[in-house]
Amino acid sequence: MNRAISYVKTFALWELLRGLSVTFRNSFRKSVTLSYPEEKTPQSHRFRGLHALRRYPNGEERCIACKLCEAVCPALAITIESDVGDDGTRRTTRYDIDLFKCIYCGFCEEACPVDAIVETRIHEYHMEEPGQNIMTKDKLLAIGDKYDAMISADKAADAPYR
Amino acid sequence: MTGLWESLPPMVQYVTISTIKILVVMIGVVLVVAFSTYFERKVIGSMQSRIGPNRVGPYGLLQPFADVFKLLFKEVIVPSESSRFLFVIAPLLSLIPALATWAVIPLNGSFVIADINAGLLYVLALTSMGVYGVILAGWATNSKYAFLGAMRSAAQIVAYEIAMGFALVGVLMAGGSLNLGDIVAAQSGGLSNWFLVPLFPLFLVYWISGVAETNRAPFDVAEGESEIVAGFHVEYSGVAFALFFLAEYANMVLISALTSIFFFGGWASPFEGWTFLGDSFLREGSFIWLFAKICLFMYTFFWLRATFPRYRYDQIMRLGWKVFIPVTIVWIAVEGVMAWLKVGPWSGLA
Repeated sequence: MNRAISYVKTFALWELLRGLSVTFRNSFRKSVTLSYPEEKTPQSHRFRGLHALRRYPNGEERCIACKLCEAVCPALAITIESDVGDDGTRRTTRYDIDLFKCIYCGFCEEACPVDAIVETRIHEYHMEEPGQNIMTKDKLLAIGDKYDAMISADKAADAPYR
Repeated sequence: MTGLWESLPPMVQYVTISTIKILVVMIGVVLVVAFSTYFERKVIGSMQSRIGPNRVGPYGLLQPFADVFKLLFKEVIVPSESSRFLFVIAPLLSLIPALATWAVIPLNGSFVIADINAGLLYVLALTSMGVYGVILAGWATNSKYAFLGAMRSAAQIVAYEIAMGFALVGVLMAGGSLNLGDIVAAQSGGLSNWFLVPLFPLFLVYWISGVAETNRAPFDVAEGESEIVAGFHVEYSGVAFALFFLAEYANMVLISALTSIFFFGGWASPFEGWTFLGDSFLREGSFIWLFAKICLFMYTFFWLRATFPRYRYDQIMRLGWKVFIPVTIVWIAVEGVMAWLKVGPWSGLA
């Protein structure tokens, strides 16, 4: 009897019609596509995008060249060289991040004791020439200066959870 | 102007009119093909909760032209180990039958390029020609993927061709003619007179075989991306690829048109008998009805593609040889007996 039913079902294309009805019903659903770049998905304040080096409000660099970020970086994307500065403090003379190596894990940000290196929510950037993938100290500081307000706001928003 | 026209010999007049007719049909088919690619992407997009193309032109309507121009500007690469001549003519061999079949298709009561008596045979002959393009492309490319794709496609088309032919025998018995115009005329009188009703199993067999014949999902093992990259057209690029693409879609439109003509009354209106509709165009047979039916079947093509995963090769062979052919033979026998006993819709026959 079961066999007879399954025969009838097969010849009536029962399972196929059920599948077709699923796709047909789905075709009336509202599409979930966002028209990027006109529309964008909401972003978390913890978003890990392009890196930046921050300064204290008085303009002094936060980075103390402890090299914890260089040590923790799983992709070996960070290269740091340091020296003693004019005021007798230890400062970096070179702070390079290779964006091609970086996997945007955020470990450098977590490791930093002075919140110097951060990952901002900037993710729409590109390179046009070979070599532009290396973010030098100057470039990182410039990004930190330019987006200071945004970075501070994101840090403040995340502070209650730390 | 009319004087000049009448002074021409009748042969020249005939050739001129035929050429214009052919051009009209060709351009129409190519435009329908262009927009069916757009239609396909929109339909499948909506079924997957996406938008589909919407950037080129209003609502993305110019997308097909952007695609065509992109392909036209690309380089045609001929593999060095290939058989050059066959490699180049293979796309044409698959496109020409797809377009040539339109010669016998009645677009409305009076417009048909070649009103020949053996129209159905011509259709059968030409649709089976298309496989040569595929086989030659696969062989001439001299690549194992292309060759495997071509072999699969050939086996599949041969298997389903038979079921298709048998389904058409049923149509031939019901219509009593090989002329496509007469077959449509035999279905006039509204929805209930369409061959869809008495020949429903044959319609299903014909339609599914048609999907298999055009190598469309779920029967697209010939281009199975996961194992043989793109099948017979792996090495084709630029215009040569565009021709294969055009041929595939022209075949789809053709199968849609043929299914409408054989089972859905072609250009006949479904509401012919509905007197309460008054004398509106809805009750008259016209090209609009044929076009609407073609659109319906094209939609079904895309709907199937959005719904079903690809059949395994042995499943395709089993379906073709062990299911469709017996079903068609049984139904032809049933039809024959009913016509002989003069019962049912065939009482007027024989």
